[in-house]
Amino acid sequence: MVTPLGLVPATHVAETAVRAVLRRVRDPEIPTVSIVDLGIVHDVRVRPDRIDVDLLPTFVACPALEVIRASVADALAGFGRPVEVSFTYAEPWTTERLTPAGRAGLAAAGIAPPTALEDVRCPFCGSGAVVMDSAFGPTLCRSLFYCRGCRNPFEAFKPV
Amino acid sequence: MTLDGVEPLAMDFGGGSSLDGRERALALLLLSMADDEFVIGFSDSEWTGIGPILEEDVAISSLAQDELGHAQAFYGLYAEVVADGRDADAVAYDRPPEGYLHARLLDHPRGDWAGTIARRWLYETADAVRLEALARTSHEPLRQLVDKLRREERYHLMHVETWLDRLATGGDEPRHRLAEALAVMGPDAGTVLATLPGETALVRHGIIAEPFAALEARWRAITSTRLVGLGLPALPPTADLATARTRHSEAFRSLHAEFTMVRRSEVGATW
Repeated sequence: MVTPLGLVPATHVAETAVRAVLRRVRDPEIPTVSIVDLGIVHDVRVRPDRIDVDLLPTFVACPALEVIRASVADALAGFGRPVEVSFTYAEPWTTERLTPAGRAGLAAAGIAPPTALEDVRCPFCGSGAVVMDSAFGPTLCRSLFYCRGCRNPFEAFKPV
Repeated sequence: MTLDGVEPLAMDFGGGSSLDGRERALALLLLSMADDEFVIGFSDSEWTGIGPILEEDVAISSLAQDELGHAQAFYGLYAEVVADGRDADAVAYDRPPEGYLHARLLDHPRGDWAGTIARRWLYETADAVRLEALARTSHEPLRQLVDKLRREERYHLMHVETWLDRLATGGDEPRHRLAEALAVMGPDAGTVLATLPGETALVRHGIIAEPFAALEARWRAITSTRLVGLGLPALPPTADLATARTRHSEAFRSLHAEFTMVRRSEVGATW
């Protein structure tokens, strides 16, 4: 509905609608996983004059935080009210917060989902004959592994 | 705010004359931890591009990035307590070298790889004891941050303990270099857990679980067991505790000149 002035009138915005849009915001470092499935959405509050979104950083020094903040603000701009994105440590983000879809998204990106060291499987061939090269990989949240089955290096999400 | 035998720290609270004793002590604690993480993070980042092997180049860069992020979080908490209008960047970069409160252990330059590992090991083991003593702190924003940090620092400890073993048991030269670095830094190792002015208030208000002397003793027991296991000499007692976080080295002044360079040349630049 469009008013004579061409403005969309202020309407009720459901929290579920906001969360549905957040489901389309991707992690900039792992584009196969949405921020909802990554488990970093702590709280969404829809107010008459603005929308507040509280996010949990995966790692304190994660350099993608500002990119995620901007992506969330862009994605929610269509609701026609200011969006306030904050980061909080009100509860620690842990790898338990990844949803099944999030874990599948990691595997699709060639990253082994977080698990106990002895349970890590190669995301390419499924082999359990893997060895950790280094706990520190190309991003803060990933470790480096080598698969003795298919002889590929791969990355695994660090359990925290 | 002086404590017997402790040199007053160069604290500038700006308009902070309204801070009470608890807030001042808390601010000092937060700033000392922020400066520790900032200085070791910046110093370790010097390895980026020249790490001994590719995996370690990546690892030390990742560790340094973690520490700088932790520093940013602590500077943020400090800025909230002091509330003098400065943000985390202003606190991190706009002080003269003598205004930094990091432990003297971190005044040592990174040295060779054995030196970096020795410094990281001495620091990380002390930091772990400190974080444990803050796990149930009464300052809720700090409690939340510490809960998060301890999950990350676990990986730092694993990394440095692995390297300690590797250097200590990997032949004459690495063992010799490690022992030499530990001997040079040993007298400053305990400075990370040196008492802070306002410690009584920190304990009384439940901000820290125990006095620093108790933490230092626990850390000394942990490190000494480890060194004995590796057949390495025990650490000497800490020299000159009263100036543990003041009177910084020439090496730190050079580091300071470097990490403030962008900030000085481009006022208002952001990370």
